[in-house]
Amino acid sequence: MAASAQPDSAQQAREALESVGYLADEPAALVAFLAQRLGKPVLVEGPAGVGKTELAKAVSRATGRKLIRLQCYEGLDEAKALYEWNYRKQLLRIQASADGSDPGAGPVASEGSWDEIFSEEFLLTRPLLEAISSPDPVVLLIDEIDKTDQEFEAMLLEVLSDFQISIPELGVIEARTRPVVVLTSNNTRELTEALKRRCLYLWLDYPSVEREMEIVRLHAPELDDQLARRLVEIVHMVRQLDLKKPPSIAESIDWARALLLLGADQLDSSVLERTMSIIVKHRTDIDLVAERVGVRLDGPDLGAEATG
Amino acid sequence: MSAVAGGLAPQLVAFCDQLRDEGVAVGTAEILDAFEALEAVPWTDQADFREALAATIAKSQEDRRIFEVVFERFFFRVPEAQALERGIGEEHRFGGSGGLDVDELRAAIMEAIAAGRDGEMRDLARLAIAAFGDRGEGSGVVGVDVQRIRRTLGLQRGGQPDGEPELDRDQVQRFERHLRRELERGLIERTGKLPPSRPLSELDRALPTNPSQDLAAVHRSVAQLKRRLATLGHEQRGRRRRQAVDVRRTMRASLETGGVPLRLRHRPRRPRRPEIYVLCDVSTSVTSASVFFLSVLHALHDSFRKLRSFVFIERISEVTEIFERERDFRATSDRISREGGVADVSGYTDYGRVWLELREAISDDLGPRSTLIVLGDARTNGREPHAEVFARVTERAGRSFWLNPEPRLYWNYGDSVMAAYERHCTAAFECWTTKHLEQFVNVVAGGVERPDG
Repeated sequence: MAASAQPDSAQQAREALESVGYLADEPAALVAFLAQRLGKPVLVEGPAGVGKTELAKAVSRATGRKLIRLQCYEGLDEAKALYEWNYRKQLLRIQASADGSDPGAGPVASEGSWDEIFSEEFLLTRPLLEAISSPDPVVLLIDEIDKTDQEFEAMLLEVLSDFQISIPELGVIEARTRPVVVLTSNNTRELTEALKRRCLYLWLDYPSVEREMEIVRLHAPELDDQLARRLVEIVHMVRQLDLKKPPSIAESIDWARALLLLGADQLDSSVLERTMSIIVKHRTDIDLVAERVGVRLDGPDLGAEATG
Repeated sequence: MSAVAGGLAPQLVAFCDQLRDEGVAVGTAEILDAFEALEAVPWTDQADFREALAATIAKSQEDRRIFEVVFERFFFRVPEAQALERGIGEEHRFGGSGGLDVDELRAAIMEAIAAGRDGEMRDLARLAIAAFGDRGEGSGVVGVDVQRIRRTLGLQRGGQPDGEPELDRDQVQRFERHLRRELERGLIERTGKLPPSRPLSELDRALPTNPSQDLAAVHRSVAQLKRRLATLGHEQRGRRRRQAVDVRRTMRASLETGGVPLRLRHRPRRPRRPEIYVLCDVSTSVTSASVFFLSVLHALHDSFRKLRSFVFIERISEVTEIFERERDFRATSDRISREGGVADVSGYTDYGRVWLELREAISDDLGPRSTLIVLGDARTNGREPHAEVFARVTERAGRSFWLNPEPRLYWNYGDSVMAAYERHCTAAFECWTTKHLEQFVNVVAGGVERPDG
């Protein structure tokens, strides 16, 4: 099934992504295509909320592969990312075999059980090992790689370049199928050169007014065209401001849905004031938006300002 | 590699070479990837070709910017050089435009720009050049001619007069690029040689060195810095070498494994929340750097709650409140220059006096948790440096840093007394690129200085 889903061109990749509800722009579609074709990991960078994680999910849906997600955070180590020995089970096994043998012999286990406790039975697979050892091809999403420390990145190198994991007690586990790997980063720190060298690079930015219109219309199809355009234009204006957290695409969609629920048929400053908290999440930001955008909303030529 | 036609491989390597010259780290692995990627995409479409190369070669946004410029330059020059070498020329360069109507031309161009059709824009650009040539206004300098043609055609960025569809900046710039390219092409054909290729300007990489340069560039780098500041120190917390074992929690965890403490629990490290005092020189000798420094201050104010800032020339003046009231950078810097209250009698910095006043103002508040940051060039204009007063201030503060906008080479030349002050600082940094700044920020936020950071 996965083989049939392999696209033959960037255009096909794009259509496949579109069919599962992700409107990719040209670079994104091309990189998604290359990732599947060349079997190389993709590093996606960009501001928060532009659909980096969503891209990985869409690729998984479009190719019919299972998505395995590794959410990174500070202090993430190999025990939580790669594999871990199930200590408790091992301990129980040792105790059980010790109890079973001659009580006078003490807790010294026989030769056999030592080997036994380092077998796959006692291995807890974590996302990376799971992705490598899966019999079906998967999409591996390593989310927010910039949140981990550099040592962790170094550990990833083996997985990303050779698609294998070395476990000292078991040997090397090689991938049976090549996973599509997507790494996302919010660019809060510079990633190492070694990691970047192994990846294709994609920078995702906020979409243009037109594209965001399409995205909003896709997710809130009942919304009036005129209103959707105005909404997206306002969101773009808000992003121009120096905010603590500019609104993401998901937030424009939420906003569009909220307007539908409220039955608003136009967006003026009073509607904005009531629903602003959907797109802006800091008190100082709200003040700033009310001051800069709210006032301009009642002016006649919003369109000219937003695109100018 | 064999699948790539003989002509392209050396060209691609040459292209990567040029990128390296501009400071993009392109490894052999990247070049091999690029070849592999090119086998998967059709070459007939320039967008695909370019994106495939970019995805495999340019691995950061800055690299991507340089990539774009070099790509444009390289793949323009190569065919031109080939054409010259083989003596291929266009049979006739438009001798005249045949009385082309400027208004008609203008309407067609507007339409093509609005629709974003590149091929059409290119043809129209050539027509425009021909029409322009007829009027005998050409200066022979490409950059000047581009602007003259644009003005002749009445193309403005933003709103156009009399209700025509408006064009945004990017679209007009795209047309300008076509104009520039066609003009260059004409020039190459006339003179029979390629103009020397110039390396990219340092503008993209270094800090702006004069205020007329784009403030947005500073702001972009500071926005980046802001994000890093907000998360800095966090990634260090994960697994530290010197960590205290939390005996209580270790014992509790050992219950799961039958009393055998298999897993150590550590006490989490609390990140340092520094109190920061910043002194910023805004005198004329550091004019170029002070725009940058002010924006750094602006960013710092967003990230640290306990921060007091002062600006000084001859005397100091506290501007903490201005930063707290104004969120917009432009407004802030306006207000500081207008009502900052910098007692600026002569316009020359007097560091000695600044220390005396600083001691008055803050020395009671300074403690071991405070960090003092001075942004300045340490040029005293021959006045008394009062290093001993500075020493006393820094003694009270836990840490003190000096950021000097001049390269280390210039320190202690002329009236710079950097050495006298540097002795009393925890560390002094040269700070004239964003990279320097990042290193410094790492230290302040309690991180370690990374060689590759």
